[in-house]
Amino acid sequence: MANETQPIDPDGDPYWAGAAEGELRYRKCGACEASIFYPRAICPACGAPDPAWAVSKGAGSIYACTTVHRAPPAFADNAPYTVLLVDLDEGFRMMGGLAGDANVAVGDRVTVTFREGPDGRPAPYFTPA
Amino acid sequence: MSLKKACAIAGVAESRLGVVPDSTVLTLQAEAFAAALADAGLEKSDVDGILVSGAWGRLPQLQIAEYLGVQPSYADSTSVGGASFEFHLGHAAAAIQAGLCKVAVILYGSTQRSKQDKYIFQIRNDLGYQYEAPYGLPTPVGAYALAASRHFAEYGTTSEQLADLAVSTRAWAGLNPKAYRRDPLTRDEVLDSGMIASPLHRLDCCLFTDGGGAVVVVSPDVARTLDKPPVWLLGQGESLSHAQISEMPDLTVTPAAKSGKRAFAMAGVTHDQIDVTEIYDSFTITVLLTLESLGFCKPGEGGAFLANGRTGPGGEFPLNTNGGGLSYCHPGQYGIFLIIEAVRQLRGECDARQVADAVIALISGTGGVLSSNSTCILGVE
Repeated sequence: MANETQPIDPDGDPYWAGAAEGELRYRKCGACEASIFYPRAICPACGAPDPAWAVSKGAGSIYACTTVHRAPPAFADNAPYTVLLVDLDEGFRMMGGLAGDANVAVGDRVTVTFREGPDGRPAPYFTPA
Repeated sequence: MSLKKACAIAGVAESRLGVVPDSTVLTLQAEAFAAALADAGLEKSDVDGILVSGAWGRLPQLQIAEYLGVQPSYADSTSVGGASFEFHLGHAAAAIQAGLCKVAVILYGSTQRSKQDKYIFQIRNDLGYQYEAPYGLPTPVGAYALAASRHFAEYGTTSEQLADLAVSTRAWAGLNPKAYRRDPLTRDEVLDSGMIASPLHRLDCCLFTDGGGAVVVVSPDVARTLDKPPVWLLGQGESLSHAQISEMPDLTVTPAAKSGKRAFAMAGVTHDQIDVTEIYDSFTITVLLTLESLGFCKPGEGGAFLANGRTGPGGEFPLNTNGGGLSYCHPGQYGIFLIIEAVRQLRGECDARQVADAVIALISGTGGVLSSNSTCILGVE
């Protein structure tokens, strides 16, 4: 896989550090209790600043999925592969890759695992539960 | 305050379309600019407003105004993807109503095909996109494929239904001498065209062409002095939803739901008064989701709505009568061509593809990954 450099920024640093430790981290608003993903410095639901960090159990359901046959250049060697949107049980949605080549469908239960992304950094992927 | 009849469209034009190797983004816009002004019966010296969107250049507004030799008193460069020009139409109307300008020109140009400017496919792996970048989702088709997968799962929508839209749109293109792809198309040809990102096939996707366009928007006072009948803006609404697909609240409901409500309310017209519709067709699924969000059919009924040639020539719901982004042209940000075709239909200038007695048209621009939408309703009375 091509080595693409992804910058780490202050919003994402704790998230990527969590991924390196096998933890799926998200933020949770202390004011309105919204689960927040992607991580950011403000609650997008109520506007409260500096939401707390939390750790997801990594279980959820597939909200949408596509199998990519015509891939961007950096991913061409891996095609076909499947990309998911997953609704985590804690109440947030995120994009993830499907680890392996199982057939999956919208509504299927999945759990998180961590695999090396295109820049060599561990990133959350999902496997059928 | 309403924008109803705050402005009229007085002139429209394309530049050369398709593959135009001996061009730049500036030359194509200059071509369209001159042709649209001639269509309006106006001079360059009349122009006091410029609205432009594009991913080219460091300061596109300054570059295009300088190149054209215009020093506008009003300028706007709202950039929300392919819908930008429908946003611009509303912004030009507001500026004209406020007395900030009288003759505003909306412009777009792209050399993405011949110059291989693949900017629209490049995701910057920073900020919010760092959480999508590791998974190789092609942009924008992968995002639309995710939305299609959700609609298929939730409502039983099928690839055959989407293919029927591509077939109908191609049939319109066959009636448009300027369309890039004009050969008749069959449902099986769409389904056999190869999967790009399931469930979207190659022929569910728009063209990849060069091209430019221009739209001349004028004050009511100016409109009444011109030879061609004015095409009035009756209603406009706009809405932003998200930047990246994982942040879209509901993959089956687009921001057209909000922009459409505002446009219909402002225009004071109902769905059954719309004679012709020009709806952004970056992908077949874009049209299906937009029709549902605008209320032309109920959620989940879009597939049946599009099936069996209903939107094609002779069908009861004339849609994308120039052949659309799927078959006519698509130079990256298609929305300006929706306006051009709607105006020509309302003026009765469309020859073989003319919709009989068209007096009210609806335009829906979509930008980003179902991220932005502006609905415009135009009329000749």
